[in-house]
Amino acid sequence: MQIEGSCPRTQRELIELEFIEHRTKILDIAAFLDRFDRSIEHNANDDFRIKAFREALAALNSAEFGRVERIQMLLSDLSSELRAERDGQSAYGAAKESEQ
Amino acid sequence: MINYIDLHAHMVSRTTDDYHAMALTGCVAVTEPAFWAGYDRVSASAFADYFKHLTEFEPQRAAKYGIQHYTWLCLNPKEGEDRELAREVLAIIPQFLDRPNVLGIGEIGLNRVTRNELATFIDHVELALEHNQLIHIHTPHLEDKYKGTKAIVETLASNSRIDPSRVMVDHVEEHTIRMVLEHGFWAGLTLYPMTKVSPGRAIDMLEMYGTERLCVASACDWGPSQPLAIPNCMFEMRRRGHSQQWIHEVVYTNPSRFLSQSPKFKLAPLEQALVQ
Ligand SMILES: [Zn+2]
Repeated sequence: MQIEGSCPRTQRELIELEFIEHRTKILDIAAFLDRFDRSIEHNANDDFRIKAFREALAALNSAEFGRVERIQMLLSDLSSELRAERDGQSAYGAAKESEQ
Repeated sequence: MINYIDLHAHMVSRTTDDYHAMALTGCVAVTEPAFWAGYDRVSASAFADYFKHLTEFEPQRAAKYGIQHYTWLCLNPKEGEDRELAREVLAIIPQFLDRPNVLGIGEIGLNRVTRNELATFIDHVELALEHNQLIHIHTPHLEDKYKGTKAIVETLASNSRIDPSRVMVDHVEEHTIRMVLEHGFWAGLTLYPMTKVSPGRAIDMLEMYGTERLCVASACDWGPSQPLAIPNCMFEMRRRGHSQQWIHEVVYTNPSRFLSQSPKFKLAPLEQALVQ
C-alpha cells in the first residue's frame, strides 16, 4: 500500500475542491448531536450505536494517518464466532456490546 | 467518452429509462448477480422464474440499448439461512448454467454471518467448482463486514481447489480490502449511498492499493442507489486529477479482464450489440 504522495492533488487544491463539502458534513454531525440533546425524551444515551458514534468522533481527532480504517474497526463486530441463527435481515451499523 | 462495464447491477429492479441513461453515459455491459427480492422467497420454483427472467427477458431488454447483459446465479446470502430451500435451489441451478449469459455463481456470501449462511455459501462454492464457474461474492454490511469478510476469505483460502484469480470479493471497504487483495482475489468497490463507499473513498483506495485486481460497480437495486454511479465516479476521478487511461483501466479494462475468464464473456461492437 502506498500512502505518501498517492493522492495526485496538492493540499491547496484539495481545500479548494472539497473544503465546503466536508464543512457541511461536520455541521450536520454537530446538528445531529444537538438534536439528540434536545430530544423530547432522553431514553438512548447509552445506545450501542451512539456510544460507537462518540468513539468514532474521538478517533476522528487523531493526528495520525489511518483514521478511516480505525473508525471502521470501531464500528465493527470484532468477535469471530458465527451467529447460531439469523436474528433479522439487516445490520445495525455498530456492534451490540454482547457481540464484541 | 470512456466506455464502462458495471459489474454489479440488479437490473430487474430498474426501469428501461435507467438502461437508456446508462447507454448514454457509455455503459457497454452489465453483470447482474442474483439477489434478494426484499422478502424471502418460499419455493425453488420462485427461483426458477427469477433465473428465467435473468437469462431470457433481461438480456433482451438490455440489448435494445446496446448493453450486453450477463448474470450470476445463486440463492442470495439473505436467504441462505433456510438450508432446505438452499438445497432445492442448488439442485435447479445447473439446468441454467449453460445459458449464454451466465458467467458463474453469485452473489454468494454471508449476511448476518450465521452457521447456516456459511454452510449455504460453502455448498455454492462446491457447485461452482464442480461446474468450473467464476464466483462472485457478496460481503456483509456495516458491523458485520469485517467478521463476515474474514470468514469468507478464510473459508476460500483453506480450499486448495479455489483459484483466487477466478473469484471477485465485492463490497470491500477500508478495513477489508487488504485481506482480499493479499489472498489474490479480485476486489470490488461498491458505489452505493450510505451503506457502502462514496466515489471519494473508492478513489482513495484505488490510489493507495493501485488498480490491479480492483473494480468499481454501482450495485444498483430496488433500494436508494444509482445506476449512474460509475460515470459519477469517473467524473470524480477526473476532478481528482487522474488520466483518461487510469480511469479506463478501472472502469473497463479491469472488469473485462476478470470477466473474460469465462469464455461466454465477449464484448461485441455496439452495432452488433444493438441487434442481438
Ligand atoms: Zn448486489
